[in-house]
Amino acid sequence: MRVLAAMSGGVDSAVAAARAVDAGHDVVGVHLALSRMPGTLRTGSRGCCTIEDSRDAWRACDILGIPYYVWDFSERFKEDVVDDFIAEYAAGRTPNPCMRCNERIKFAALLEKAIALGFDAVCTGHYAKVIEDADGNRELHRAADWAKDQSYVLGVLTHEQLRHSMFPLAETPTKAEVRAEAEQRGLSVAKKPDSHDICFIPDGDTRGWLAEQIEMRDGDVVDETGSKVGSHEGANAFTVGQRRGLKLGTPASDGKPRFVLEVRPKENEVVVGPERMLNIDQMRGIKVSWCGLPPSEAAALGDAGTGTSAEFDCMAQVRAHGDPVNAKAHVELTGDGREELVVTLIEPMRGVAPGQTVVIYQGTRVLGQATIDTARSLERPDLVPAAGASSTH
Amino acid sequence: MLTEELSRSGNPSSLHGSGRRARRVVEDAREALAAAARAHPSEVIFTSGGTEADNLGVKGLYWARRDADPNRTKILVPGIEHHAVQDTVEWLERHEGADVVWLPVDASGTISLEALRSELEADAALEQPRIALVTVMWANNEVGTIQPIADVVKLAHAHGVPVHSDAVQAFGSVPVDFAASGLDSMAVSGHKIGGPVGVGALLLGRSVKLTPVLHGGGQERDVRSGTLDTAGIAAFAAAAASAVEHLPQESARIAGLRERLIDGVSRVASEAQLRGPGDPENTGKRLPGNAHFTFPGCEGDSLLFLLDAAGVESSTGSACTAGVPRPSHVLLAMGLAEDTARGAQRFTLGHTSTEADVDALLTALPEAYSRAKQAGMAGHASSIQTAGTR
Repeated sequence: MRVLAAMSGGVDSAVAAARAVDAGHDVVGVHLALSRMPGTLRTGSRGCCTIEDSRDAWRACDILGIPYYVWDFSERFKEDVVDDFIAEYAAGRTPNPCMRCNERIKFAALLEKAIALGFDAVCTGHYAKVIEDADGNRELHRAADWAKDQSYVLGVLTHEQLRHSMFPLAETPTKAEVRAEAEQRGLSVAKKPDSHDICFIPDGDTRGWLAEQIEMRDGDVVDETGSKVGSHEGANAFTVGQRRGLKLGTPASDGKPRFVLEVRPKENEVVVGPERMLNIDQMRGIKVSWCGLPPSEAAALGDAGTGTSAEFDCMAQVRAHGDPVNAKAHVELTGDGREELVVTLIEPMRGVAPGQTVVIYQGTRVLGQATIDTARSLERPDLVPAAGASSTH
Repeated sequence: MLTEELSRSGNPSSLHGSGRRARRVVEDAREALAAAARAHPSEVIFTSGGTEADNLGVKGLYWARRDADPNRTKILVPGIEHHAVQDTVEWLERHEGADVVWLPVDASGTISLEALRSELEADAALEQPRIALVTVMWANNEVGTIQPIADVVKLAHAHGVPVHSDAVQAFGSVPVDFAASGLDSMAVSGHKIGGPVGVGALLLGRSVKLTPVLHGGGQERDVRSGTLDTAGIAAFAAAAASAVEHLPQESARIAGLRERLIDGVSRVASEAQLRGPGDPENTGKRLPGNAHFTFPGCEGDSLLFLLDAAGVESSTGSACTAGVPRPSHVLLAMGLAEDTARGAQRFTLGHTSTEADVDALLTALPEAYSRAKQAGMAGHASSIQTAGTR
């Protein structure tokens, strides 16, 4: 196969490319330039867009003996990922930009260009596994190393995207083995630190960065009953589940710490309340996609245009490294033919914010995902907007 | 020449036997280079390459003029210069109080003499004139446009303004006569003429005052410090002598190949637009080895990738330090839209190029162009449907 290895300049993508070469594929390394103004040198754990990363990717390709190119996706990245990130926060949601990047950049813009240029697949250093059933249908599964498993951030891939994806690190037991393999292959990135934060926020200060992008206005902090308990300098800087930085003047009646329960950008209000009210029992997701063939219950809805599917058991996960919890899910078709995913949690989950992605699994298999539109705690149905009411889509 | 000298020792500034021997090699080279560039040997200042020579010429002239008269802080420069000049001028603007006037160029990439004239005349009419220098490249590295250097010098000198020229692309490809040009300083480089990388020279008129950039032993006329690279200098001079000796035949042969290439491209990829001097009566205004096109509907780096895979090496224009292709500032200065500039592809022919090379390009191009068009512009939306787009 002709394989395009997306090379971030990190150890994972270098080893993934090396394994693709070993497997006999015709591999070309490509580094994605995602920033118009690449920084000069990496600071801290920064993982993208620096000159040093581009050089590191280049050196890895030299050692593997494969061609290397830098492709500019900075405009696409700005529109699809950075601007989307800002718009979501401005709407009071908490987005996952890495997921958006996988969805729209690595496995869409890059993949499309790769296919047009004659490649069969895009290979990355993600820890996840693609398997094929007897009919050639592809499924995405968790990686062998659950601690490093990245199937969550790939949960947004569609069957079509999976057909052109290659994740050679799927079966690696631990990250340490990847580093050891890199060392043994003579790749200079063997000891390079992992990247953790959002690549386009230079010093990891998401709140400070957002404050420069979104107009912040002073407003009220109210408790779960609606009484004012403090003030803030901009609602958009807050995230559901947040405890620090609330600076509340009025103590809670029970004297216990309070957490952000909800952000209301339109009213410029932040709602706080006791920890137990962060427990979410049910969420409704929009922008649903299936990672491979849809579950039979959803498929049975067919092209009805409207209706509700049978319920099916699954596990729900709302963060890249969050714990999955047992859940039941069903699909509802809205009048315009869109799917909405309703996930009812058997054990409640803490701090779920609209804008986050819920990925649902059966065993190790990723079924699909949706963007959380509303999340409700049965304790405060009055405060949580009715399903769909706050939706802006 | 290079390997022979590399096996010898001796600092050309030392006074002992090995030093004197090395000095003689350097001085022979200085004379050979001076003869090739039609300059006096004392006008040759060896540097580490074209970039250093441009920095020395531009910064050196700027500082010397400003020191002599604090009002002289204005630099006239076209927007199509190589980064060695453009970035130097921008640095002077940011750090040394320079006031930069970017002179317009026409669609072929030729500097507007009218704009230059009016800037010079308006300045001369001031009680305290402000222009420090004019800097104009001899020939453009991307689109190959040869600039009217003699006219530029004539206009500037009429007002006593010195002129620097980056002749890195022109030297060895077209006749370059430093003495006849009247230039105050001119940059040339070794690797563009078949010499080694890492050596170049600034040709500096004998009476021109220049403030040094590198300080130290003052080895080169007290204007440039640093131990001289005897082997590199000897090889550079030998390459220069050979390039200039064969220039009339080689430039005619290469220009012939270039015409074959341009005709061929317009036949196999008729949408491609030739950039730089185009019409037949203007071919003398283009470097013989340069052919530059924009290919509508595709991104230059896709085309580069596909041609590279087919064994044809071309270039998109410029890339930043991280290797990111950028729409060329030269094309933008020529008035092209950014999307058009992104489809740029430059084909350079040199003395090893043959008809077979040109034909290999013409064979690979149609398929490559059609695929590159399918790949489209990476800046445009992907048609792959996902959750967020449905």
